[in-house]
Amino acid sequence: MKIWHLVTLLILFSFTSVFLGVTDLSPKHIFNLSETQQQVLLTSRLPRLISILVAGASMSIVGLIMQQLSRNRFVSPTTAGTMDAARLGILVSLMLFTAASPLLQMTISFVFALLGTLIFMKILEKVKFKDAIFIPLIGLMFGNIISSISTFIAYQNDLVQNMSSWMQGDFSMIMSGTYELMLVSIPILILAYIFANKFTIAGMGEDFAKNLGLNYRQVVNIGLVISALVTASVVLTVGVIPFLGLIIPNIVAIYQGDHLKRTLLHTALLGAVFVLFCDIIGRIVIYPYEIPISLTVGVIGSAVFIFLLLRRRKYGL
Amino acid sequence: MGYKMKTWILAVIAVILMALYVFYGLTGNIGYVLPRRLLNLLAICLTGGAIAFATTIFMTTTNNRILTPSVLGLDSLYMLIQTIIIFFFGSNMMVLLGGSVNYLISIAGMILFSLFLYQFLFKGEKNNIYFLLLIGMILGTFFGSFTDFMQVLIDPNEFMMVQDRMFASINNVNTDLLYISIGIIAITFIYFMRFYKYLDVLSLGREEAINLGVPYHYVVKRLLIIVVILISVATALIGPITFLGLLVVNVSYELMKTYRHFYIILGAVLVSMIALVGGQFLVERLFTFSTTISVIINFIGGLYFIYLLLKENRKW
Amino acid sequence: MVKLKNVFKAYNQRKVIEDVSLDIEKGTITSFIGPNGAGKSTLVSMISRLISKDDGAITIDGKDIMQTKNNEMAKKISILKQTNAVNLKLTIRELVSFGRFPYSQGRLTKVDEEKIDEAIDYMELRDIQDKYLDELSGGQRQRAHIAMVIAQDTEYILLDEPLNNLDMRHSVQIMKTLRNLVNEMGKTILLVIHDINFASCYSDHIVALKDGKIVKQGRTCDVIDQCVLKDIYDMDIDIKEIDERKICVYF
Repeated sequence: MKIWHLVTLLILFSFTSVFLGVTDLSPKHIFNLSETQQQVLLTSRLPRLISILVAGASMSIVGLIMQQLSRNRFVSPTTAGTMDAARLGILVSLMLFTAASPLLQMTISFVFALLGTLIFMKILEKVKFKDAIFIPLIGLMFGNIISSISTFIAYQNDLVQNMSSWMQGDFSMIMSGTYELMLVSIPILILAYIFANKFTIAGMGEDFAKNLGLNYRQVVNIGLVISALVTASVVLTVGVIPFLGLIIPNIVAIYQGDHLKRTLLHTALLGAVFVLFCDIIGRIVIYPYEIPISLTVGVIGSAVFIFLLLRRRKYGL
Repeated sequence: MGYKMKTWILAVIAVILMALYVFYGLTGNIGYVLPRRLLNLLAICLTGGAIAFATTIFMTTTNNRILTPSVLGLDSLYMLIQTIIIFFFGSNMMVLLGGSVNYLISIAGMILFSLFLYQFLFKGEKNNIYFLLLIGMILGTFFGSFTDFMQVLIDPNEFMMVQDRMFASINNVNTDLLYISIGIIAITFIYFMRFYKYLDVLSLGREEAINLGVPYHYVVKRLLIIVVILISVATALIGPITFLGLLVVNVSYELMKTYRHFYIILGAVLVSMIALVGGQFLVERLFTFSTTISVIINFIGGLYFIYLLLKENRKW
Repeated sequence: MVKLKNVFKAYNQRKVIEDVSLDIEKGTITSFIGPNGAGKSTLVSMISRLISKDDGAITIDGKDIMQTKNNEMAKKISILKQTNAVNLKLTIRELVSFGRFPYSQGRLTKVDEEKIDEAIDYMELRDIQDKYLDELSGGQRQRAHIAMVIAQDTEYILLDEPLNNLDMRHSVQIMKTLRNLVNEMGKTILLVIHDINFASCYSDHIVALKDGKIVKQGRTCDVIDQCVLKDIYDMDIDIKEIDERKICVYF
């Protein structure tokens, strides 16, 4: 697959996404918008498109970075407890400060996501048997434990309703004014691009990295901060999107190899295209209602993950 | 202390907890509350027993102590099959024929799946246990997401009509299905007795079992069918509790310290009842938590699972 | 008599056993030797029904091993594989009792108990019969498993690398026991073994395998031969005769 394939798909899906919805809005109106149409476009359709693109691209890249740093193909925000920790963070912020501003929620959620990922990385260091299968297994379990704590807290504080809104990623509530926080991901992604080479080297192991004069700890920490920050912002604005950071980098690696500089752009584009595609499906299937993105991605994503696992075994990797 | 003594002690604790569950804070309209509580107790015990029983058999046939039917996603699959049936046949049929028909069709679906599972688990060459676990857990997510997906597709009004009857939880025990469940468990149990003698030998491993003249594939296939029937019954009555089986069977192993399945199964069943009845009593009556016992069991179970994984951290 | 006729076996199109035919006489020890991956273990596993064959016929005393009832076969033939596989909390006596399963189906009779006692005494395990398996040394554990096989009381006994992980003293002890089982109790023993000197000193017949095919089979003195061994192992092996035993020097 070439870059321009992905770009074409991206543009195609983006147009579909913008012109799909209950309010009649089609390309022929574009230069002659009525007031309602203009409003729908600016407050709903475009913010939705932007948040989809950002969420898809950034979650995929975060997955890629985490895989490089842990040197394990199946580590991602879903399989390292990052998402669950971010969700717990939002819950805690709501509990402590009933009217927490989005920025405060974001900060606390980020701290939790970072802590969760750090704990997971610590567990990884303890594990002697670094099997590619074994690590995500522990990560998934770790996530389950965190999320049962969240459920417990939510029940105790009557926050179940609120919590399920981050449990299920959903783009239908995205409006201008609610999604801007997510845009912090964009500068972070640029940062990731700058650091790409260093991540690749760090991914080759601590000794190797030090040998090349790289400050290993620092690079790893930057990677983890990036992952936690992006995950927290996405979970807060959209909700949990499972398996995204896991499957996209793996698919790209199949046809593009493993060098981060070469795969970064592909990963970002494919992630955006994939989420756009899933979102469009979710909006068409029971039109005029919508299926939350987390369900569509959950079904397709887990199926793809199983496919990846079986494929890996077939080639005896 | 021998395992016989321990079994008795467990039994006494279980009975005390059951009495507490039924009689503690029994006020108001006793004629209504008492039978209701008794039915709930019966359902909880039946479920706890079925899960413990099924998990022990499953661990013995697969020869490990981490793999359980729930961890492999069997209870999520049950929910999925239920949803698919409603999706295709609509709630009208449910109302017309009653929940039990749906229930029986779902069990049939589960049996079909178990034959597929059998191919995967036992026919191939040696399987990596972690591989199976990971696949199972993701299958669980897949079934779960797919269930939600289908439920969104079902007409909301139609869905509301059947939701309560279909998707039980420990706070919403499905007592409609209680009698038919007792029947199914009884029949399954009688069928199981034919294979009971093989369990101890099976725990020595596949090769030893064949060496000692166990018709291995014949027995294992039937035991798996028994397992899925029991899991279906349990899920239908009080909904999925993923880590209950893992927890109680391992506790029973540690407590009983024997290879004799009679005592391991008995111990697991009792521990399971103690955990569910006692846990529900504590959560609901004493602490009046608004959470459910499933959440707590999954929390403890999850921790224990990681502990097991890290402890048995070696190649299989 | 164990008879194999044109037996084939492949894993994913990779042939591991190709057209193997052989007869094993009663009351003898037959050793299977050959380099790694020659198919020795596969062959023994097929004879003991642990894995299925793709083609050909395997019969024991004229009965096809796959057509005969499992329980009946378990009274005729037993196999001992790697003994560290069992990790249950079992005592020696409990393990040996499992050997009676084909007869008792789990309910031990008086006859069963006697057989268990005999097997334990034969392997000199009486003093430690209530010890748990995980408390035993490698040699003791191997003896416990052999006691179980003796309790199973089969005419044919198959062993897959019984000397693995044992020191010299225990290896000799085990081989002497096997020899006695043949001489005193009239058993027929088939074993996979790596050490060709043990094979040379203790077996009546040797079957040499390479790449899934039989290179040579016959009496021990015919197979332990410089040319034959060169064929099997692709290396020059010097053979010295010491006390009428052929000893291979391959260092």
